[in-house]
Amino acid sequence: MATPSPSSAPPQKDSSQLRQKTMIAEHYSRLARAGETGDKNVYTFVPGNLTELLRAFDLLPVLPEINALQSAMRGKSREYIALAEKLGHSEDVCTYVKCDLGMMKSGNVGPTGEPLPNPDLLLLSYTGCFTFMKWFEILRQEYDAPVAMLHVPYQAEGKITPEMRDYVVRQLRDEVIPVLEKISGRKYDEDRLRELLANSARAEDDLVAVLESAKHVPSPIDAYFGGVYYIGPIFTAFRGTQEAVDYYRLLRAEVAERVARGQGPVTPDGDMGKERFRVVVEGPPNWTSFHQFWRMFADEGAVVVASTYTKVGGVYDMGFRHDPDHPLETLADYCMGCYTNLNLPSRVEMLARYIREYSADGLLVNSIKSCNSFSAGQLLMLREVESRTGKPAGFIESDLVDPRYFSAANIKNRLESYFQMIEQRRTGAGA
Amino acid sequence: MKVYIGIDLGSTTTKAVVLREDGEVLGRGITNSRSNYQVACEVARGEALIHARFNLVASALDRSGLAPEEERRVLAELERRFRKQQYLAQLVTLADALSGRAREDLLARGLETTLVRIVAKMQAEADALFAPGASRKSDFFRDLAGSRYLRIAEEEARSQGASFDRLVGLFDKAILEVENVPAEQEAFAVHVRHALAEMRDAPACLGEAVGGAADTPLESAATVGTGYGRQTLPFPKEQIRSEILCHGLGAHAMYPGTRTVLDIGGQDTKAIQVDERGIVTSFQMNDRCAAGCGRYLGYIADEMNLGLHELGPLACDSTRPVRINSTCTVFAGAELRERLSLGEKREDILAGLHRAIILRAMSLLARSGGVFDEFTFTGGVAKNPAAVDALRGLIGDNYGERVMNISPNSIYTGALGAALFARRDALRLAA
Repeated sequence: MATPSPSSAPPQKDSSQLRQKTMIAEHYSRLARAGETGDKNVYTFVPGNLTELLRAFDLLPVLPEINALQSAMRGKSREYIALAEKLGHSEDVCTYVKCDLGMMKSGNVGPTGEPLPNPDLLLLSYTGCFTFMKWFEILRQEYDAPVAMLHVPYQAEGKITPEMRDYVVRQLRDEVIPVLEKISGRKYDEDRLRELLANSARAEDDLVAVLESAKHVPSPIDAYFGGVYYIGPIFTAFRGTQEAVDYYRLLRAEVAERVARGQGPVTPDGDMGKERFRVVVEGPPNWTSFHQFWRMFADEGAVVVASTYTKVGGVYDMGFRHDPDHPLETLADYCMGCYTNLNLPSRVEMLARYIREYSADGLLVNSIKSCNSFSAGQLLMLREVESRTGKPAGFIESDLVDPRYFSAANIKNRLESYFQMIEQRRTGAGA
Repeated sequence: MKVYIGIDLGSTTTKAVVLREDGEVLGRGITNSRSNYQVACEVARGEALIHARFNLVASALDRSGLAPEEERRVLAELERRFRKQQYLAQLVTLADALSGRAREDLLARGLETTLVRIVAKMQAEADALFAPGASRKSDFFRDLAGSRYLRIAEEEARSQGASFDRLVGLFDKAILEVENVPAEQEAFAVHVRHALAEMRDAPACLGEAVGGAADTPLESAATVGTGYGRQTLPFPKEQIRSEILCHGLGAHAMYPGTRTVLDIGGQDTKAIQVDERGIVTSFQMNDRCAAGCGRYLGYIADEMNLGLHELGPLACDSTRPVRINSTCTVFAGAELRERLSLGEKREDILAGLHRAIILRAMSLLARSGGVFDEFTFTGGVAKNPAAVDALRGLIGDNYGERVMNISPNSIYTGALGAALFARRDALRLAA
């Protein structure tokens, strides 16, 4: 199987895909030239990213998680992980971390083949995953870079209280913004931030329309394998930019056209055949064998109609939009509302709702070996969703970027069994 | 006569079940051939058809009014003599294959007469091997002929100075050719008539029954394949079912009260929940690591120089089971030797090992939803009394009293499920 190129979308020639590719290439190229242009950059994480705030200071975001998954898609993660392990990081450490470290130690060449600049700041704006803290502790040591830390309270009770919001806003105002001013040499400009947030909300409306198009039968999109491409710009460096607004407008129009033509999703092997199964997926995808993994679904006529992974960088389909009228409050709500900051009952509720609203045949969990923050509690969630919806659930195990934990035969076996189980239950004792 | 066939291609053995038109089991066959999946499939199917014909003989005798004890006696004798005839015929094929190989192999020149002598000795001892009450280590031709061949080749090597390694190498190649000749209807007719001719006091009705069974055409109306090797079966995709579904349905057919199924096979362990119709509602299986599966016991048996079937009874003699945590097959040998060197008794170590693999299965059962009444235990390991004892104890401790079903034919559960699917498919097509 050909290794996908760094920013490659599924091999469909839609304009939105080409547009995204260009956006990403330009961003990395700007980062590569940062030494000459004097552009400052901030390393930060996808969940709870403060892209609009960074952009308001003309700071360029760098997302180590994205670099790690891109490395995996380029077939580089095995050697990067091996290098990190050689440096003493245990086999059980999150493989994103090891992949990132290995990349850094191999010259910090980014997904487009151009070198990444060292961080001017490490912005830890989300702490629901404690590995993120450790990750930046290591990077701080490696790069000798300053760290700005935003503590984001976990939604233990399943809601955001005014106290929680105030707590985050206070940190933004008193700790994060002063550091950003210092790094960028610019004063905080709230009007600029408002403009960016307004752009975010526009793009978010279009993204939600795209994701919800999967309620159609047949679904015009795959909301997991295709979904990870759709969330690309808004989850990473582009939220709040005009490019993102234009990208999502274009994407929405393309998807609307597919709906009008009654078309199903485009897969790595072209248009998918007849839609036979509609499933909801919980958990991140495997990146080392991404296309092979996708093909295991597509070959069975299985479409993912909704996924929680596409909500880690923001849950927009439950109503949240960035609000330019309350700039810091909205950033606080955004950080606290990311999928991985939700408690188990909220996650169960969301999954059950997806199964109902997207007319899904069942739930499939891809449990990630090296991601405890995602995987803990998944079996419990699975049972609960099963009992609430009466739909069958399946469970597979793989990893983010460590190819050693992707056992194709085993995963295929379980997936086939799962789809046949759906079929069998659908037809009564038949199948 | 129309029949439905199910084939389960396992990692250790391949099983086939033949169903009558009304869904009742007519025959079962098993092989440990590892030549390739297609051959294994043919051999198992052939064996199942032979078994089916013996059942036809038995049915005819039932109708003949022969006394039940007499019927049992003549049937046992007929089968024993049939097996001998089959063995002798396979020896002829083996002799041809051996001399063919010896001619091709320059280094084996000069061994032809030795080979002829070995086979002649094997033929000469066939009567004793199949005498009433004689015990054979295995009924698989590969094992039976293999052990005799090795013994005689060793003597030849010692007395004639022939190369033992060379003789073994020739056998390893030749046996594949023997397995490539599956037993079928014609062979059945020939061997069974020879067997009958050898019987001095055969009642007249036996001759009629044998004639009827040999002449009945068994037409396969539909075949479904399952098991780990199912993808390689020479069947179209719709004739292939996941072993999860097949085990669920097979267990339901054997024990209609079944709600939970545990299958411990050679390289995977499956915990399956089924509803009152045998439809799978949930399942879990071991992930990438196959620690604690049947192969583990096979490895332990090799390490201890015991037959696989000897392990369980020995472990049952334990009075003070050793606590063992690791079920890693790779470490098993080291663990075993360490325990032995510490002075632990073999039976106590074995009891600990059995408990360790069952603990792993208990975890899968818990993850699949628990253990409900009735509980059916299938797969090769269900034949092991120490594993069964450990399982019964742990289920009692964790879930309370449960009916535990273990069929003497449990190894055929998957193949039975596949055959039932074949029948359903055919009936649905006809409707």
